[in-house]
Amino acid sequence: MSPSFISALRSGLGKTRDALAGKIESVFRGRPILDEETLDELEAVLIQADLGIAAAESIIDSARNRAARGYKLNARGAMALIEQELSAILGAQPSALACATTPPTVIVVVGVNGTGKTTSIGKIAAMLAARGDHVILAAADTFRAAAIDQLEAWGRRTECTVVRHQEGADPAAVAFDAYQAARARGADYLIVDTAGRLHTKSNLMEELKKITRVVSRECPSAPHEVLLVVDATTGQNAIVQAKVFNEAVGVTGIVLTKLDGTARGGIVVAITQELGIPVKFVGIGESVDDLRPFNPDEFIQGILRTE
Amino acid sequence: MMFENLSARLQGVFKNLRNRGKLTEKDVDLALREVRLALLEADVNFKVAKGFVDRVRKRAVGEEVLASLTPAQQVIKIVNEELTGLMGGQSSKIVFSSRPPTIIMLIGLQGSGKTTSCAKLASLMRKQGRKPLLAAADIYRPAAIKQLQVLGTQLGVEVFTLGDRTAPADIAAGAVERARSMGYDTVILDTAGRLHIDDEMMEELERVKARVAPSEILLVVDAMTGQDAVNVAAVFNDRLGIDGVIVTKLDGDARGGAALSVREVTGKPIKFVTTGEKLDALEQFHPDRMASRILGMGDVLTMIEKAQETFDLEQAKKLEEKLRKQEFTLSDFLQQLQDVRKMGPLDQLLGMIPGVAKSKALKGVEVGEKDLSKIEAIIRSMTLSERKNPSIIDGSRKRRIAAGSGTRVQDVNALLKQFDQARKMLRQFSDASKRGGPMGKIPFMP
Repeated sequence: MSPSFISALRSGLGKTRDALAGKIESVFRGRPILDEETLDELEAVLIQADLGIAAAESIIDSARNRAARGYKLNARGAMALIEQELSAILGAQPSALACATTPPTVIVVVGVNGTGKTTSIGKIAAMLAARGDHVILAAADTFRAAAIDQLEAWGRRTECTVVRHQEGADPAAVAFDAYQAARARGADYLIVDTAGRLHTKSNLMEELKKITRVVSRECPSAPHEVLLVVDATTGQNAIVQAKVFNEAVGVTGIVLTKLDGTARGGIVVAITQELGIPVKFVGIGESVDDLRPFNPDEFIQGILRTE
Repeated sequence: MMFENLSARLQGVFKNLRNRGKLTEKDVDLALREVRLALLEADVNFKVAKGFVDRVRKRAVGEEVLASLTPAQQVIKIVNEELTGLMGGQSSKIVFSSRPPTIIMLIGLQGSGKTTSCAKLASLMRKQGRKPLLAAADIYRPAAIKQLQVLGTQLGVEVFTLGDRTAPADIAAGAVERARSMGYDTVILDTAGRLHIDDEMMEELERVKARVAPSEILLVVDAMTGQDAVNVAAVFNDRLGIDGVIVTKLDGDARGGAALSVREVTGKPIKFVTTGEKLDALEQFHPDRMASRILGMGDVLTMIEKAQETFDLEQAKKLEEKLRKQEFTLSDFLQQLQDVRKMGPLDQLLGMIPGVAKSKALKGVEVGEKDLSKIEAIIRSMTLSERKNPSIIDGSRKRRIAAGSGTRVQDVNALLKQFDQARKMLRQFSDASKRGGPMGKIPFMP
């Protein structure tokens, strides 16, 4: 991966004035030995990064175990420990985008309202198109006002064909037509945009299942990727979201957006830990090329190290 | 939800102590640790949670809890009261300018729900008898202007736009001018989503503010926001001086701790919450109700208010009369059914009832919603005389009704039987009331 990934991520994360590493330093200042109070504060630091209580506690527990075995844990030791724990959860290797044995590779993009699905699709399309792939977009968000126009704007920008119906049309029908079009035109990728939906609305989740059902009827191995878009500012609710979407349509990867703010997106650690779903992309800015493949190691460094 | 959880946890903590008879300060601390964890799980910011627990501790360590026979309830009560206090005591409304138009500007992060909230706000304003104008100042997101225009058309509210090449401050000024000349008394300004740390974009908002001096700047916050809510809210408030907050997406199952955090950090009231995809799903924020809702104590007040909004008093009286005279027909049944459904999705209604948790109870409710649709379809497939006098429905009519409503004859039979039973039951009530028993208003539900 390009070194610019780290610097881009850092310049995003670096804006966090009180970044994690700095906080950990201050936790250990003047406390050479790890005691319960320190552990509590350390847990607080992790929780403030949205890691969630379960993930935070598992890290604290292993710190406690080490302390019990007589380790003297200083700031650097605690950092290393957190790095190890995070890396154990997120995995060492970057997780690549699936590729169907016979094209088109079908990617369905799902998520709750306002996480940045359409924008992420635009960026993924741009990335694929830039490496020479033929991409078709399906405007299956037929609910939100002007969502189709938004996707078409991205289609023009990335020179990708957009298959669309009228607003209010059956999204599964759009997906079906788009798949036929993608196959007929020999496209490499079909990316299906879906309407944002709260995971608690069972009728909307049924609608989503229908979309993937229709696609897999045409091609049993499709969809090859179901990407759940998660906003980095989201808190603990993201775990439930991931769980419910996963049960409904089998999520294969996470796109973590809006990492250029002050939120650290620590919630993906909890999601990966609980559900084993890897993060595939991170969004670190507004421009077209600001969506990057996720690299666990660099992500951890970006969170822990400040300049 | 979370506090139902918390309630159980607290019961657990105190159960072990019951035998000893007397609580110590340490016991209370143990309970408060549970409170703190619950708040953190609800995404309340860490520091806010800490301050909150300290406040609760001060009260709890006093006589209130230690002397109580039901310490768990006592702690819940204190938490509830402090929570209501934290969220602002009284509900707070929009301040309208004495010199119209009143300008309301919505700001926030990307994807928090500004554009939709603008439309919902316009809908509410009109319901209150005002004349709103929507103004599209999001010139960055593709099709954002179109989105507002589509929503405006749906509402029949004019949308002012100067395209996506005019500076937002100029658009805002143009909208105000338009409002003055056309007699609109409220301008609702949609702005682009932006990161609070994007200096250039924040300056843009400052320019809009300087140009048109909005009477209300409302920060739109997603109920699902995590620990970062405090940073976002603090910066927006520091730079623009917000007047209030709209919390969106409360129809999900997020515990909404961000609302608490934002309130605490900015000191500004939450004015509205949005609770659904439909354009009328924007509600006045009521701190006490929200606290109850978060505490898993249900939101009976909102439900009663919804019922009052939907049910026509006159109609209710007529219905009662019909019930007394035993003239209740399937047409009345249909009317009742529609009134209940107008109040909102069943799952939301049930969520407002105390003790109905979201988990298992709701599985059955989804069936309920489907059943209602089915019943509605069956009745709609009947002729008026059939609705009035179900006894004329014979086999052939049943087949026709089933075919017309896309159901089976069994379904029609089931409905007729249910209706018959209900009528019998009503007759008993009515007889009882003739003998002097209380009749009361019986909400007719299948």
